[in-house]
Amino acid sequence: MENYLLILIATVFVNNIVMSKILGLCPFMGVSRKLETAIGMGAATTFVLTLASGTSYLIDTYLLGHDLAYLRTLSFIVVIAGIVGFTEMFIKKTSPVLFRVLGIYLPLITTNCAVLGIPLLNVMEQHNFMESLFFGMGGALGFTLVLVLFAAMRERLEAAEVPKPFKGTSIAMITAGLMSLAFMGFAGLIK
Amino acid sequence: MTRKLFTFNGGVHPEGHKDVSNATPIANLPLLPRYVVPLRQHIGTPARALVQVGDTVLRGQMIGAAEGYVSTAVHAPTSGRVVALEPHEVPHPSGLADMCVVIESDGLDQAVEFQPLDWRNLDPSALRNRIRDLGLAGLGGAVFPSFIKLNPEGGGIDTLILNGAECEPWITCDDRLMRERAAEILQGVAVMRHMLGAREVLIGIEDNKPEAIAAMRAAAAGEAEVIAEVVSIRTLYPTGGGKQLTYILTGRETPTGGRSTDVGAQVFNIGTAYALYRAVALGEPMLSRVVTVTGHVAAPGNYEARLGTPVADLLQAAGGALPGSVGKLVGGPMMGFELENDAEDNAAPLTKAVNCIIVKHPDLFPAKPSALPCIRCGACARACPADLQPFEMYWFSRAKDFGKAQSYDLFDCIECGCCSFVCPSHIPLVDFFRFAKSEIWERERHKHDADQARTRHEFKDFRLEREKKEKAEKLAAKVAENKARDAATAAAIAGNAESADPEAERKKAILQAALDRAKKAKESIAPQNTDNLSPAVAKQIEEIEARRTQADTRPEHEEGK
Amino acid sequence: MLSAILVMAGIGLVLGAILGWASIKFRVEDDPLVEKIDAVLPQTQCGQCGFPGCKPYAEAIARGEADINKCPPGGEEGVKHLAELLGVEPKPLGEGLEPKPKAVAVIDENTCIGCTLCIQACPVDAIVGAAKQMHVIVASQCTGCELCLPPCPVDCIHMEVIKEDVATWKWRYPIHTMKQVE
Repeated sequence: MENYLLILIATVFVNNIVMSKILGLCPFMGVSRKLETAIGMGAATTFVLTLASGTSYLIDTYLLGHDLAYLRTLSFIVVIAGIVGFTEMFIKKTSPVLFRVLGIYLPLITTNCAVLGIPLLNVMEQHNFMESLFFGMGGALGFTLVLVLFAAMRERLEAAEVPKPFKGTSIAMITAGLMSLAFMGFAGLIK
Repeated sequence: MTRKLFTFNGGVHPEGHKDVSNATPIANLPLLPRYVVPLRQHIGTPARALVQVGDTVLRGQMIGAAEGYVSTAVHAPTSGRVVALEPHEVPHPSGLADMCVVIESDGLDQAVEFQPLDWRNLDPSALRNRIRDLGLAGLGGAVFPSFIKLNPEGGGIDTLILNGAECEPWITCDDRLMRERAAEILQGVAVMRHMLGAREVLIGIEDNKPEAIAAMRAAAAGEAEVIAEVVSIRTLYPTGGGKQLTYILTGRETPTGGRSTDVGAQVFNIGTAYALYRAVALGEPMLSRVVTVTGHVAAPGNYEARLGTPVADLLQAAGGALPGSVGKLVGGPMMGFELENDAEDNAAPLTKAVNCIIVKHPDLFPAKPSALPCIRCGACARACPADLQPFEMYWFSRAKDFGKAQSYDLFDCIECGCCSFVCPSHIPLVDFFRFAKSEIWERERHKHDADQARTRHEFKDFRLEREKKEKAEKLAAKVAENKARDAATAAAIAGNAESADPEAERKKAILQAALDRAKKAKESIAPQNTDNLSPAVAKQIEEIEARRTQADTRPEHEEGK
Repeated sequence: MLSAILVMAGIGLVLGAILGWASIKFRVEDDPLVEKIDAVLPQTQCGQCGFPGCKPYAEAIARGEADINKCPPGGEEGVKHLAELLGVEPKPLGEGLEPKPKAVAVIDENTCIGCTLCIQACPVDAIVGAAKQMHVIVASQCTGCELCLPPCPVDCIHMEVIKEDVATWKWRYPIHTMKQVE
């Protein structure tokens, strides 16, 4: 049990997928304009990533094995694409506004490096099924956390008097850099 | 007299400057040659003018009637002639003109006959209507029509609170009124208590007015009918805010977006009670009010002036502005506003809302340093008596993000000015909140207009569609009818096959059908609602009918006679 | 090689089945987005966007056939709202679609011949009158769409800009922007 908790904490804070692994930057910059959107995107990514981690573990272990290891990336992408397609339909049905607001970033979860990265890391670190699930969920939660924090900051920045050359994405980049520095403070929390 | 008092969070201690104007008794203004009476002196819909240019009016005559529910009447301050009904300069932060009745005094000051109200026996709604027609509005500054506040909607008001706190610096009109006319105020309170059915009456007065407290206590002791408790409260701005005073006296906190009535308390200003006394006991409409004229003037003090008195005349009565004065404030320095027109002959009139005119001087009101950036020190949040976070509201109001500003409960802001007072960066926070509020109100107006336009447009579409359908149905019915008639004719012809001329038979049938139709049409336009008539009415109708037939048959050569 | 093909085909088949089921299960009937867009539009029904009213424009936006910057009565503010709702970048109003100050139509009583053409043109039924009777515009219902101007055969309708009065006056923005003095 302790093991799973450690995985969660490590993936959310210490090895945060965005802040320390620098993965999944496109949605991080793209959908952090508004808090509601960020929460929606976070939830969608969490759903996709948890499911994808579990499924890809099963596929890797029981279907591919050692012989077909070269199919790993290919099959993972196919699985992720399927799950994303499913999520897309689900969101379109339940929240058309969120669907509209997420726009292109929703299907782009497919090509989100974080979403492919985590199943591949799972295989590399030889996690078992439960560990894979927790690793996927933790990574997604970490992604959601920084996305929401960042969106809240950007909402305030909207109202701030930013010098003209720094307006918009540039100040967001600087903020992201400072945030990344702050997340470095978690290093060493877990050995 | 040991009542447990509560203290709201925040508040500030601005310098009082009360002694400038509270030493002399209330003075009356002489009759002026000209009065300017705005039709909008209260919150809500402006009054509807009842007079025209050239009309002669008497003192106390209603010249504007309440229009709509949230409205009240206005009256002529003296007898004379209406010389203009036009937009005229008024004391308003915008400096814009508003509809006013300009009355030229005839010097006689004749009054209409005032009839005292028998308030104990009058029907409650009749009494309220009388109070509305006597033009009563709250004199504390918000000028909400009093008759609405005296309507205890669904009951539930157990505490009547009289606001004698007068926490704004410089203003002393309520102070003087309480000192000089305590007994009359209490009679007005008796009427309020009767109308609201309140159990408890509390009169809250700040402890920087010991004379007023003593006078009110003496009067309350002598008043057997109303058991009113005069409570001395700690001087702290803004104790005179309705919600704040309710909390201090009763410990009941008004919920966000609510009013003090939600917690069973109704708050009235001392001046309103006095005006109600005059309205009920003397039958006199609201014609005058006590106003403080202070600051850089020769004779600062309190003046009982008729509503409609031009500010220039008011200043004249106070000895005029001294040299070196810069601008005038209407209301106190915390919540008041600068009078746009700073000319000597300022013609903006005294209204029910104006409780104080302060003539400014750089020594008394040093110019505020220019605003610096907000450093988020939180001083404003600590000073806020409404427990808001002004720095957050400021942040979003300044960026014109009104939705966010509203999410920080912007509309619970009472605009008391404590935040601006304590701000180390001298940011005019309240100005931002007023700006944001009026922008939001405008958006709501637009939204309302848009919703209305949408329903009207949808109805028009629906109506056009319906008309089209009805037309089509009518056409179809006609076609069907024609078909049926043809069929009937054919059948008739077939039935009378033996008779000589089928052509004549067909014509006959057509004729018959036409006659039937005409008959039917005639029947359908028979007089309606003629059943259940009383015999008298029936007889009357018969007579009329008889006359009509007679007229129709009257020989034409009658004209030749 | 064969096993690789089989594995990929299997995965594809399973996912295809799930997606097919989902597309039936989560079928979207109609687009509630239209209502949300329509709520943002100012409802003047003026047709300056090129659509015969606000609702058709909202439908066009929802289908992605119309741009969000075609509504002058809504102004920059309206474009910003639409952009926020749809999650796109706000853009300036389109060419020749500058917003005008809010106005109401007024009929010159002496010139009106009572032809009822304007009554038929008014999208919100804000004009009252009958044939050969003078017409009057209900100012509080007029959206200022100007649709009644062209049909009038005697040109007796003109627009009057609504002036600010004490009731509609707004507090000014407390920051005074610095202006360059020549």
